[in-house]
Amino acid sequence: MNLDVLTQRSGEWLRGTGPEADIVISSRIRLARNLAEFPFVNRASDTVRAQIEDFLRERIEKLQGRRPLTYLRTSDLEPLDRQFLVERQLISREHAEDHGQCGVGVSSEENVSLMVNEEDHLRMQVLRSGMDLDAAWAEINEIDDLMEQEVAYAFDSQFGYLTACPTNVGTGIRVSVMLHLPALVATKEIQKVFQALQKIGLAVRGLYGEGSQAMGDFYQISNQVTLGKSEIDIMKSIKDVVAQILGYERRVRTALVKENRQALHDQVSRAFGILQNAQTISSEETMHLLSSVRMGVNLGLIDDVEIPTVNELFIQTQPAHLQKLRHQKLESAERNIARAAYIRQRLAENNPHTSA
Amino acid sequence: MKKCEHCSKPAVLHITELQDGSVEAHHLCESCAKEYLTQNSEPESVEVESSLSIDESDDSETSEAAPQEQPPCPNCGITFKEFRSLGRLGCAHDYSHFREELTRLIENIHSEVQHVGKVPKRQPDASRQQFDLIRLKLQLKEAIDEENYEKAAGLRDQIRQVELELRSSSPAT
Repeated sequence: MNLDVLTQRSGEWLRGTGPEADIVISSRIRLARNLAEFPFVNRASDTVRAQIEDFLRERIEKLQGRRPLTYLRTSDLEPLDRQFLVERQLISREHAEDHGQCGVGVSSEENVSLMVNEEDHLRMQVLRSGMDLDAAWAEINEIDDLMEQEVAYAFDSQFGYLTACPTNVGTGIRVSVMLHLPALVATKEIQKVFQALQKIGLAVRGLYGEGSQAMGDFYQISNQVTLGKSEIDIMKSIKDVVAQILGYERRVRTALVKENRQALHDQVSRAFGILQNAQTISSEETMHLLSSVRMGVNLGLIDDVEIPTVNELFIQTQPAHLQKLRHQKLESAERNIARAAYIRQRLAENNPHTSA
Repeated sequence: MKKCEHCSKPAVLHITELQDGSVEAHHLCESCAKEYLTQNSEPESVEVESSLSIDESDDSETSEAAPQEQPPCPNCGITFKEFRSLGRLGCAHDYSHFREELTRLIENIHSEVQHVGKVPKRQPDASRQQFDLIRLKLQLKEAIDEENYEKAAGLRDQIRQVELELRSSSPAT
């Protein structure tokens, strides 16, 4: 796979369709698995890591799943290319920083990725646009079954699937739903949501997972408990909670429109105006303004841009994407100029009115 | 939801302390947690003092060996202490080797100690051999490092033998 090809398009999960897509960006399920006959990755020497990578790569390349997978040996890639894959959510930050031989198998639609030699030997994830956990589970479960025919997983009848860190042991599952919650953030109601989630043992993270900031009003909600509950029950607890948060966000949005439509309309239009015209813009400001625009489109206050374009811009204005696009290394100030130019261009070509 | 153990505010931080093989869970609100964490990170000298005082009364030669400490995992060589400082286990066998300590820790993390949910269709009855492989490969590396090639050759034959047994017992491929 040529990574430059990827800069021209975006993952299927960003297309902005699927149930509840006005608020739910994506649904993701990942499974952590280890091979019984090798030590865990952190305890493996470079030679053993290479053996694990060879062993799994061979099996991933042969995998007869629904989608053909392309395998990339990420440890052979430049840091910029690895960062690029992180921004696209195909590999984790930990995987990108890993030393030693590692790789990832990805589907061309970018909704399946099988990471080799992350914290665990195998971390498999499926991403779907919108609220679609059942479909994500069906697919990852199938991939897991197919892999299991080829390898012997480390499993224990008491502790379930064995993982390098006991926080993932049992099902090895992490169910995450990415939500766009601008109204709850604007009214500071989001704090109540956090408290409620902590009560029931769910984690809240930013756009890029653990330790990342909640940029652009994106929040990833996921389970923390992985043992003692079935995969289906874990998914159900996430679904129930997400349904409540969706209702909450929608009520607050409606109230905002009702109470002060003009001010809200002004705010989202100004955000759009800045993005259309700025000559230099930071990543942080971009995320903030795109978030306003996204809400404005979903509330029918602006119709000069479509949701998939906005979704893509969140990803494509990240540092590694801009540098891949320009085919050169850019310092922060240069990136801000490149970012502004890219946004202007995308918003001009995607304007339904001018292109009509 | 649990209340903070120091005041009546809701507990938002759940801290699991691992110290000398014992596991302690703390449930704290944000302000008490801050206090707790700074308390626990700062006075390292206190800890050193108390451990020194124990050493004095004890025979320092034998206390080095830490009698109640579990021996390291025979397969990957990790000790429970190393795991505690790293936060990552060394191999799948650790879950059997440190089962007692890990059960306590896992109960603290997940509130449960028994897996429910998906089970591999192919039950891993070959796991003993797989653990043997981890151990043998480790020994092989050591033998090579020590330039003990005679031993290494023997180990390599053993590894081949176990791998052969594994392949013939696995239904797939």
